[in-house]
Amino acid sequence: MTFDAGKYDVIVIGAGHAGVEAGFAAARMGAKTLMLTLNLDMIAFMPCNPSIGGPAKGIVVREIDALGGIMGKVIDKSYIQMRMLNTGKGPAVQALRAQADKPVYMKEMKRLMENEENLTIRQGMVDELIIEDGICKGVVTESKAAYYADAVIVTTGTFMRGKVLMGHLEYESGPNNQRVSVNLSKNLEDLGFEITRFKTGTPPRVNSHSVDYSKTEIQPGDENPKYFSHDTAEQMVEQLPCWLTYTNEFTHGVINNNLGLSAMYSGAKRGTGARYCPSIEDKIVRFNDKPRHQIFLEPEGRDTEEVYVQGLSTSLPESVQHEMLKTIPGLENAQIMRPGYAIEYDVIVPTQLWPTLETKKIPGLYTAGQINGTSGYEEAAGQGMMAGINAAAKIIGKDPVILDRSQAYIGVMIDDLVTKGTNDPYRLLTSRAEYRLLLRHDNADMRLTELGYDLGIVSDDRYNKFVEKKQFVEGEKKRLRKIVIKPTDEVNEVMEEAGATRLKEAIKAYDLLKRPELSYDIVDRMIESNSEIDSEVKEQVGIQIKYEGYIKKANEQVDRMLKMEDKKVPADIDYDDIHGLATEAVEKLKKVRPLSVGQASRISGVNPADISILLVYIQHGSIARIAN
Amino acid sequence: METDTITAISTPIGEGAIAIVRLSGPQAISLTTEIFKGKNLNDVDSHTIHYGKIIEPETKEIAEEVMVSVMRAPKTFTREDVVEINCHGGMVAVNRVLEIILAKGARLAEPGEFTKRAFLHGRIDLSQAEAVMDLIRAKSDKAMSVALKQMDGRLSGLIQKLRQELLETVAHVEVNIDYPEYDDVEEMSHNMMREKTKEVHAEIIELLGVAKQGKILREGLATAIIGRPNVGKSSLMNTLVQENKAIVTEIPGTTRDIIEEYVNVRGVPLRLVDTAGIRETEDIVERIGVERSRKVLKESDLILFVLNYNDELIDEDIMLFDAIDGLEYIVIINKTDLDQKLDMDKVRKLAGNKPIVTTSLIEEEGIDELEKAIADTFFAGEIDTGDMTYVSNIRHIQLLKQAKQGLEDAMEGIELGMPLDIVQIDVTRTWEFLGEIIGDTASDSLIDQLFSQFCLGK
Repeated sequence: MTFDAGKYDVIVIGAGHAGVEAGFAAARMGAKTLMLTLNLDMIAFMPCNPSIGGPAKGIVVREIDALGGIMGKVIDKSYIQMRMLNTGKGPAVQALRAQADKPVYMKEMKRLMENEENLTIRQGMVDELIIEDGICKGVVTESKAAYYADAVIVTTGTFMRGKVLMGHLEYESGPNNQRVSVNLSKNLEDLGFEITRFKTGTPPRVNSHSVDYSKTEIQPGDENPKYFSHDTAEQMVEQLPCWLTYTNEFTHGVINNNLGLSAMYSGAKRGTGARYCPSIEDKIVRFNDKPRHQIFLEPEGRDTEEVYVQGLSTSLPESVQHEMLKTIPGLENAQIMRPGYAIEYDVIVPTQLWPTLETKKIPGLYTAGQINGTSGYEEAAGQGMMAGINAAAKIIGKDPVILDRSQAYIGVMIDDLVTKGTNDPYRLLTSRAEYRLLLRHDNADMRLTELGYDLGIVSDDRYNKFVEKKQFVEGEKKRLRKIVIKPTDEVNEVMEEAGATRLKEAIKAYDLLKRPELSYDIVDRMIESNSEIDSEVKEQVGIQIKYEGYIKKANEQVDRMLKMEDKKVPADIDYDDIHGLATEAVEKLKKVRPLSVGQASRISGVNPADISILLVYIQHGSIARIAN
Repeated sequence: METDTITAISTPIGEGAIAIVRLSGPQAISLTTEIFKGKNLNDVDSHTIHYGKIIEPETKEIAEEVMVSVMRAPKTFTREDVVEINCHGGMVAVNRVLEIILAKGARLAEPGEFTKRAFLHGRIDLSQAEAVMDLIRAKSDKAMSVALKQMDGRLSGLIQKLRQELLETVAHVEVNIDYPEYDDVEEMSHNMMREKTKEVHAEIIELLGVAKQGKILREGLATAIIGRPNVGKSSLMNTLVQENKAIVTEIPGTTRDIIEEYVNVRGVPLRLVDTAGIRETEDIVERIGVERSRKVLKESDLILFVLNYNDELIDEDIMLFDAIDGLEYIVIINKTDLDQKLDMDKVRKLAGNKPIVTTSLIEEEGIDELEKAIADTFFAGEIDTGDMTYVSNIRHIQLLKQAKQGLEDAMEGIELGMPLDIVQIDVTRTWEFLGEIIGDTASDSLIDQLFSQFCLGK
């Protein structure tokens, strides 16, 4: 017998990186939200690497922040090192990465959750969903508490039927020896969901005192760190360095001699592993001519001696892990605090989801994060944010929010997942974005703040600042168009200093800024400065002007893409009824059920002729309806 | 409402002296006006026809004398502005007109697209929807199979090679971006990128110049007729010309005595090479010597090798078989109206898997079979009339041109000192254009390449 434990608008199962964003967004939008987690002490736990951000991923964190989410704010408060990556490259691919103080990150996140109006957090293991008339109505916990809600978001990460693997050792477990979730997974399977098995792994952690850093190279943070969140005020903290060392032939020898003992190489059939974070044994096998592999030593926090051995993810037995470490410079005497392991877990085949992350099968049920086949904290958080937004939007009667591929990396990721599915844990890469020049980290706020504000997640204060910034950017661009720079000696001195050819004729400041070698700050020295604007506005103006031609070209492509996105596929379409569609196309279309012709065109196996036929059919239908 | 303007040759190939290039879309009239010497078409009444000339915009040369029909929306087939350009100068000229229009920014119509637009704009009755879908399917399938069949193995191999080079370059840039700390690979430099783009650019230019498809399109399939004196070469020549409405053209820069005849055999454009030579001396080998004739043969796309049914096989025939070994040829055994003296088994052995056709040109027998054999050799299968031959060819050339432009944009970016991740956008675009030529548009290949080329991951 269950007992009635209360009624909510939204229930979030899980409080990892997807769960916290989902719960926070839904609560901020005014939905009465319950977040259930196995262990309150593990909110926003990082079971793998102690870092957030990096190429593509760092941009996702900024996007979450622009929408009003929390990952950026929390990492800004808990970082121990901050680095801007790809500074030597173009603006589209620069990205921020932080090393996190793991315990502080969790503490900050928990505090935020606890203090959020509309959000209840509670410890409990969900066993089953309450389904009435095919619609999800709530959850039942193992302690027989029945919670009712209009929407349920499942963000169970790698916990569903999780199995830890280390050599021949195998046991049912969530990451880091947490309790495993078995019944919920079985429940989803019984409800008819297609489930697959994925696998990922983590390296050993060693005690910092046992590391000889003198044999490694120091990797310091940036002198002038930038932040993920626009809400973060300048706050200098002492940064901790990471350290770089390498594997060598001896390490590879140890691995090769023990390959048969690896959980992954012992021949047993296993879940699909991540190409994007292969184990060290994978790397040795697949790239056996590579004489060495990089190993980064990353502190897991200020108040802990644990060090994450990045690059040494493994499922080899603990004894071999000891052997392996002994061969690596600086780690000869390293004491393992936690051995590395692989974990295998259940994943929902993501093509079963709408682009809102609601399941097609059961209205009111959403899934987000690693359960959808992704890998990475940022990917999880981005999905959590969108699932939270859409669950709340549905309840309060707002339109669904689907970010398109030109709007956000989050949009690219979700579209990829629900349209193409994924064969191995999905990681965001800049190369997945067709319009990455538009999806920059510097303009995430320009792209998404308005939306976050309309949804009620972004605060008035933050929104006003954004509007002001936008006005400053436009104003400054206008100003630069009016300023004419004459080829005076002073000007040419600056030009030469910057390594540019001397000016011969007068030129508008706007046009001069288009030269790749001239930054805003250099041009600024030739003209009267605008004292009103800050460095962010300057950066924005500089990028928008300098890459104007490329941005315009990208926008033209986007316009073409959006035209196809605007052509909606009717919900009641019967693909079997469409004359002339190829059989493979019918099968794929029936499975994915694209919302737009644009989405249909991205399904592999649906070719241009099928799309033409689909267009004709849709037109046919709309004519028929008018005729009726 | 569609916003782009589409174009295609709307008349079946080889079925009439007049060919029509049709345009449909908002820019149909303004675009034609830009390349038309005659009345200002922007000002003319709807549903009127005008005499004038199509001008090559760059060289200002006259490409073709034409009659242009202007039909304004909505009373047109597609319910958009439609222009039809009637060309008289045969295949080469009509293709040139189409290319000029494409260069002006019109898009080559997809199979069945005019009909599709007509339908989408409500021009075609509702009950015809299924027919429209069938048409699209049928035309697409045909276009695809024709495109594949016409694709020269060497060409597709070369394009695959170029694509792979670009893909590796792109993956290299990507790995620098997505794994900035990965030290196994040196940072891609502007110089490396410049070299790679230049290299591929040069190959594409060469392809555009000599690619078999391009050559066929502009000049026809270079076809040589060979055989010993008196086997019926000139009869064959005359038969092909008479049967197939030849266009006699003087090729600029060549001497007047070498006249090439253009004929269309079942949709296959043939350029009969050195026909004057055949006419005058009856024997190309005799006239220009063995070495030079070998060279002519090597440059031919197709060789029609005529043997006499009424004569025995001699050393000279065997020598000719040797000379054309490895080339594309058809053996024609002529004069079947006379007694057999030729050892057919031996001919079959010498010809291997090449087609053998028996004819009596005097009795007008076997000509259908010969024409079919020519078409089969080209398409590797019978093809009925339609604009597909043109479409596939023009499409390839158009894509190659877009690829070339993509690389030129990339090179411009390199010279400007743009960051490589921005230059790479154009390189990726080029890679996609090349992929469309060989029908490979899978977007996952880059990520596959990335993870097979480099050992990545945390």
